Amino acid sequence: MSEARKVLIDPLVDNNPVTLQMLGICSALAVTTSLLPALLMCVALTSVAALAGAAISALRHRIPNNIRIIVHMTIIASLVILVDQLLKAYAFETSKQLSVFVGLIITNCIVLGRAEAFAMKNGVVMSFVDGLGNGLGYSIILIAVATLRELFGAGSLMGYPVFELTSNGGWYVANGLMLLPPSAFFIIGLLIWGIRTWRTQQVEKPDYQIHEVHRTEVY
Amino acid sequence: MSDKKEFDRDSISNTLIIAIGLSLVCSIIVSSAAIVLKPVQEKNEEAFRQRIILDVAGLMEPGGDIDVLFASIDTRTVELASGTYTDNADMEATIAIPGELDIAGISQRAEFVDVYLVTDNGRVDQVILPVYGKGLWSTMLGYLAVAPDGNTIKGLRFYAHGETPGLGDQMDKDSWLAQVAGKKIYGDGDEPVIRVIKGLVQEGSAGSEHMFDGMAGATLTGNGITGLVQYWTGSHGFGPYLKNFREGNTE
Repeated sequence: MSEARKVLIDPLVDNNPVTLQMLGICSALAVTTSLLPALLMCVALTSVAALAGAAISALRHRIPNNIRIIVHMTIIASLVILVDQLLKAYAFETSKQLSVFVGLIITNCIVLGRAEAFAMKNGVVMSFVDGLGNGLGYSIILIAVATLRELFGAGSLMGYPVFELTSNGGWYVANGLMLLPPSAFFIIGLLIWGIRTWRTQQVEKPDYQIHEVHRTEVY
Repeated sequence: MSDKKEFDRDSISNTLIIAIGLSLVCSIIVSSAAIVLKPVQEKNEEAFRQRIILDVAGLMEPGGDIDVLFASIDTRTVELASGTYTDNADMEATIAIPGELDIAGISQRAEFVDVYLVTDNGRVDQVILPVYGKGLWSTMLGYLAVAPDGNTIKGLRFYAHGETPGLGDQMDKDSWLAQVAGKKIYGDGDEPVIRVIKGLVQEGSAGSEHMFDGMAGATLTGNGITGLVQYWTGSHGFGPYLKNFREGNTE
């Protein structure tokens, strides 16, 4: 059980798919202008990652090596279509805002990466937990980014006003930059900085170190 | 476990079994989900379409009940060829659109079309016309709200399209929707001259009242909007109907 716990907890901070592995950045930029679509995207990605992990793991002894990526893609694509159809039926307005990004979960590196790296080598339950953990790790970052962007970009959370905007006679001047894609880069960058200051083992060694030349060596 | 080890998963027969079996299972799951959920999705689409009609008429209130608000709108059927209202219409009847007139790229249209009248104390305040046509990737479906002078546009909104996210879908943005209002469809004649230009409209420049802002990176979507608005307000579309309004015969 403790191993399942580790598999679940590890991707939340210590091995986070977004801030450590730098995966899934594209959708993290696109769907985080407000909190509600970001939450829906988190649910969609987490359920696809968990179910795809379980399904691929159940078939792992039978999947032929030379078509394994195609098999992964077929399973993931079917799950994504399923989720997309469910969203269109039960969360119509928000699914319009998410537009293509639910469909693009198919190409999300987190899902395919976990299928290839974990589900092909581990049991069904563990693969499910691993997908869940990685989905939640992605969700934490998305929710953090979306909260900051909606709060400072539109003065609201989940559509409810928090800061009274000057356009409505309040005191807060909305920061339009927060609603543009670059702000998500800045916020994710700052999050990575913060996490690596807290967990120093995540800091990477520099690829290249400038060699210090001492005078004595020249002579 | 041990018998699994001896099993050759890379054999051609296993590859075929997995490929065909998986495709079958996945296609059954996907298609049954699509069929089971279709009624709910269609209900959503219908509610969304009504919301867009209310939006384009400026009647939508935040948190308002769409059914209640929509009840205040009068639905009438128009025979396009004559431009008059009719009560016994064959809604299934279609006619082909001659190639040179088909600027919206839709090849055929219904003979009778429902329009939505917004009335204020018994006087028609706005006429909402369904319009559709080809964009870059998809058929764009929307509503055009026209003032009772039969010439001034009050709004244009799309409820379904598949244009490029971030480029063509700028037509859903408030900033683009806002500049549409107040533009005039017709110049001196009976043929529409309204169009989407390249770049932004310079207020006060010659003919600026007949121009919509262009969308950067979405010229073909813009051309599609020009085509569908010109077709549906032209002589083959709602032209005769709108002409009645311009000449003051509103019944």
